[in-house]
Amino acid sequence: MNTAKSGTPRIGTPEILFGLSVGVLVIVVAVPMLLIFFNAFWVDGHFNLVDVLKVLRQRETYKALLNSLVLSAGVTVTGTIVGTFFAWLVTRTDLPFKKTMKLLFLVPFMLPAFIGALAWKMLLSPRAGYINRFFIDVLGFDGPIFDIYTYAGIILVETMYLFPFVFIQVSGALERMDPTLEESARISGADLMTITRRITIPLVMPSILSGSLLIMLYSMAHFGTVAVLGIETGIYNIPTLIYEKIHQSAGSFDSIRAATVLATVLVLAAALILWLQNRILRKGRYQIIAGKSFRPTELKLRAWRVPLFLFCLAYIVFAIVLPTVTIFLVGGLKTYGLPFTAANLTLANYRHILFEWDLTRDAIWNSISLGLSAALITMFAGVIISYVIVKMKVRGRGLLEFLGMLPFSVPGSVIALGVILAWSGKFGINLYNTVWIILLAYIARYMAFSLKANSAALEQVHDSLVEAARASGATMGQALKDIVIPLVRPGMVAAFFLIFLPALRELTVSVLLYGPTTRTIGVAIYTLNEDGETVYSAALAGIALITIVLGEVLIKRLVAGKSKA
Amino acid sequence: MANVRIEGVSKVYAGRTVLSSLSLEIQDGECFTLLGPSGCGKTVLMRLIAGFETPDGGSISIGDQVVASAASAQALPPEQRALGMVFQDYAVWPHMSVFDNIAYPLKLAQVDPAALRERTMHAVALVGLDGLEARLPSQLSGGQQQRVALARALVSEPRLLLLDEPLNNLDANLREEMRFEIKALQRKLGVTILYVTHDQEIALAISDRLAVMDETGALRQIGAPQEVYENPADDFVFRFLGIANFLPVRRDGAALYIGGSAAPWVGPEPDKHGARITAGFRPSDVLLARGGEGLPGIIVRASFLGAQVDYLIDIAGTLIRAALPSHECLARDLLFVEGESCRVSLATVQWFDGDIVSGARA
Amino acid sequence: MAYIELNQVSKRFGKVTAVDRLDLQIAKGECVAMLGPSGCGKTTTLRMVAGFDDLDEGEIRVGERLLSSKREKYYLPPEQRNFGMVFQAFAVWPHLSVFENVAFPLRVRKLPKAEIVARTEEALKHTNLLSAAGSSPDDLSGGGKQRVALARALAIRPDVMLLDEPLSSLDPHLREEMRFEIKDLQRRFGFAILYVTHDQSEAMALSDRILVMRAGVVQQIGTPLEVYGAPANRFVFEFIGLSCFLQAALSPGGMQIDGVSYPWPAGVAAPAELVAAGAGLLAARPTEIDFVGEGGVRGEVVRKAYLGETIDYLVRVGSSELRVQKTRRASGPGVGEVCGLRFVRPHWYAV
Repeated sequence: MNTAKSGTPRIGTPEILFGLSVGVLVIVVAVPMLLIFFNAFWVDGHFNLVDVLKVLRQRETYKALLNSLVLSAGVTVTGTIVGTFFAWLVTRTDLPFKKTMKLLFLVPFMLPAFIGALAWKMLLSPRAGYINRFFIDVLGFDGPIFDIYTYAGIILVETMYLFPFVFIQVSGALERMDPTLEESARISGADLMTITRRITIPLVMPSILSGSLLIMLYSMAHFGTVAVLGIETGIYNIPTLIYEKIHQSAGSFDSIRAATVLATVLVLAAALILWLQNRILRKGRYQIIAGKSFRPTELKLRAWRVPLFLFCLAYIVFAIVLPTVTIFLVGGLKTYGLPFTAANLTLANYRHILFEWDLTRDAIWNSISLGLSAALITMFAGVIISYVIVKMKVRGRGLLEFLGMLPFSVPGSVIALGVILAWSGKFGINLYNTVWIILLAYIARYMAFSLKANSAALEQVHDSLVEAARASGATMGQALKDIVIPLVRPGMVAAFFLIFLPALRELTVSVLLYGPTTRTIGVAIYTLNEDGETVYSAALAGIALITIVLGEVLIKRLVAGKSKA
Repeated sequence: MANVRIEGVSKVYAGRTVLSSLSLEIQDGECFTLLGPSGCGKTVLMRLIAGFETPDGGSISIGDQVVASAASAQALPPEQRALGMVFQDYAVWPHMSVFDNIAYPLKLAQVDPAALRERTMHAVALVGLDGLEARLPSQLSGGQQQRVALARALVSEPRLLLLDEPLNNLDANLREEMRFEIKALQRKLGVTILYVTHDQEIALAISDRLAVMDETGALRQIGAPQEVYENPADDFVFRFLGIANFLPVRRDGAALYIGGSAAPWVGPEPDKHGARITAGFRPSDVLLARGGEGLPGIIVRASFLGAQVDYLIDIAGTLIRAALPSHECLARDLLFVEGESCRVSLATVQWFDGDIVSGARA
Repeated sequence: MAYIELNQVSKRFGKVTAVDRLDLQIAKGECVAMLGPSGCGKTTTLRMVAGFDDLDEGEIRVGERLLSSKREKYYLPPEQRNFGMVFQAFAVWPHLSVFENVAFPLRVRKLPKAEIVARTEEALKHTNLLSAAGSSPDDLSGGGKQRVALARALAIRPDVMLLDEPLSSLDPHLREEMRFEIKDLQRRFGFAILYVTHDQSEAMALSDRILVMRAGVVQQIGTPLEVYGAPANRFVFEFIGLSCFLQAALSPGGMQIDGVSYPWPAGVAAPAELVAAGAGLLAARPTEIDFVGEGGVRGEVVRKAYLGETIDYLVRVGSSELRVQKTRRASGPGVGEVCGLRFVRPHWYAV
């Protein structure tokens, strides 16, 4: 018999789990964040705004801030236009092969932007880029037709890989929209133009804005593209400037201060963007999902049908095919700069980096083990913490949810910086230059993904399913084992892959934390390129691409298989 | 099989008293329904019996066993109460086949495999799901999932079966079919059933006895369906169990008039003696004629609904509803149109104190 | 002269004929309901009248205007048909206020501002929405949104209203109230209504005539009384209202059930083909069967359910089970008792 008297406070399992969860999240997530703010604003024991302003007024700092703004604004505008245009084409017109095009437009999402930047550098760097060389040497041009080391170049490349944010949201909204919303406008007397202007666009505007804010957030926090294309000509944004400060400083106090100030600005900007997004979604998220399944009216493109189709294909070729082919071809060259003839191509590079060279072998091993560990740890921790948040009736669940979702909005550079401050000896533990510090950063970064995936899965497991088990004679423990865990498993697996694949290919976080023996694949590709080992850099990038694509395909199979069962 | 004794049970939620000293007894082998509006506390009472909540006052016994007692701070956990329960959303486990769902209680009880298989298949046949044992719930319709839930609740031969509005999410035809099936099952197995619902139609159709609860959690009347329908304890019960017509009646000396009008009351003698009383009657109590004796009425609305004709009739300022079998209307020239006048007689009348229509007291 | 005319209208989707040579004439101010199971073609027909889908055969006219015609290869798009239409999920625009929703068709027609305001307010007045004019539709209940949809359709003072299951998203109590509101509006403004529903009581309560459809083919067009009392075939009989069937052996003199001979019920003899075949189905409504002492068809009461206003019996006759429904005041046999059944209004169908 249970002793059960309602109303008396007990320290039972729920409370213990809650306490542990809060503890874990505070240590892993909250402390690094707080340390950044402290470091930026707290000098010699008191709150110091003067120094902060001094840092901000330094030329390189405010230039970086300005660049961040200009670049991300540019990418947001172009990305939104491109994303919305393609979304509309694919859902509301009679474009040929729409289904395939829809899938193809999602591919840029899979490719790491910095690898794309690398490829474009190989194609359009003013003196050595293959396309430019072709125009100069073969067609007799005076100079390069396009210099990729410019603001325009950066914006172009980032747009190519970020537009899917808007594309996904807008095509989803357009597809799911209740067609009778537009039909009722038609029967009220409105023609297609009027309907688009006064009904369709206002109704999908929240999705457009939501997607474009995501582009802005991502672009502002992004290291790779600006690092590859901007450092040459001194175009820095906040993440790259933070990188400079940390790596050139070798721990100098001033540099770290400057970095934390920059990080604070970044966090505040990110918070502002997310708050805006929240407000837009909350105010403007309309219930426009369809019930009946009549298809919305398609616009007949007529004479524009084939040209637009070719345009889309061309875009795909430029965004995906061209860079990928370039990467693989350059990776096979004996020496960078040689023309692509059979004589100059070899698989030796691939063999070298995979089996012979320590640096790359270690990097691959590091990334895989870090990815696996981070994914496993966050998966299990995520399930437990989600369970406390969703299912246990303890006070203070909101706090737990807040702590868990916090890093979702915090840019990778900031997390890395925070982890440096926290774990470089401050509390007696020095993990700097080890894999552990990278692991801690990954856990902090990806916990939010795990919580989201697991919470979603847990919310599907209604209380009545557990109660039905208990009414059938199961104890709470048996109910958890037989009912809850099997139903949550797909969510856990999804969480695992949601974290493993991005962790495998990421650069922004590990570039601030790596030591001589703790490179990740992303860091290795980047530093090889910096050191002039373009060919090896490309080869490693090629291998990374193959792994990513294989991984994505595998997930889709697994997820599709599980959701059928 | 067992009876259920609920003695002085109270329950408080977030400062609000949901149930206050409620006492009730369910006989062994009967189908008992708790009927009341949403939020009245009927589901809370069911969860107390099931063991998912513990009472703040009073005690609950099933058979000879005290399963919950506030005084001694003891409560048997749900898994030890030997009950079967069917939830509103069926709560059929999506990752287990029909067979595994139904067999689960036996598996937990560690019944040997041969007996488990036999008893499970027997339950499958009992609810008419033969041939579907290997299917997953996602491959079944709502009604079929309902049967899985039912079979699962019955397979361990529980002493008490709890049903929490299980037919809510089914469409009208299926609801009708299932309520007869549940009744038939109960007759066949002789299991004690506690059914909780806000739908008076279902309550009337399946119960041996029913209890009407109001929003405050108080029991207004307990009795057999016909008893409660024909002899309601008060106007709450009268209103809750079906469409209720009320005509205010005014006593002036020895004469009776309708409401505030000069129209005399024509109909059964009241058994209440206040100056203001109310006549309550069902649509089926209304008898219409084109002329002759009876209350004068004007047809406000006439709807042909197939099997019956629905009338909204104005009698001296009060609107009442009548329902007449359509073939009778046809045969006896009682197909009225809007605006026509008629004469209304009443077959049976329930009398209530006070003026229920306007709210004025006696 | 019919106001709305559908002549031999057909629609095919691939190999499936969704609507098969439908003929329908609707008079001015008349309300016609299209009723049938899902997939029967009623919604497809409505959409062809509205202009969202083109017909494959036949033609549609309203007043003197030709709307669609296969022969003359003519098709007028929906925005030019001047209908008022109400959809199942209301289709009220959440980003516009109630006022702007209702004013939309008037703005699109570029009417002068003053007239737009006047007509919008009039429509809002008739649907009891004046006080909610400035609100967002999301702040309204289901019934409120439905009224916005109605007001919007009324604003252009249409001669024809198309209603696509407009009440099925509302809860049952509200449905009845809204039914009468629609009826009152029709009476006030005099427009014709073409109404699609799968709810028979709604169809019978609202319409002047009902069109029953099955798999694209019209089964019967008639008043509610006709469709209920004189169904054209067994499908209509079973689809509208409750029904029960009794298998009987037939001979020229009468019927034999369970070995016992009986005269024709209510004097209604089975059609000659059935008598020739020797067997038929006696069909009746559960409410149109009486319990009699002498002379009725013998059966045994298997189940008696007290349902409040009605008592529902299940009577076994031979190998069939018949459902009988009586009002609560009528007396009747108990469970297990033998009884006699008299069929008040029987129908005959083939086995």
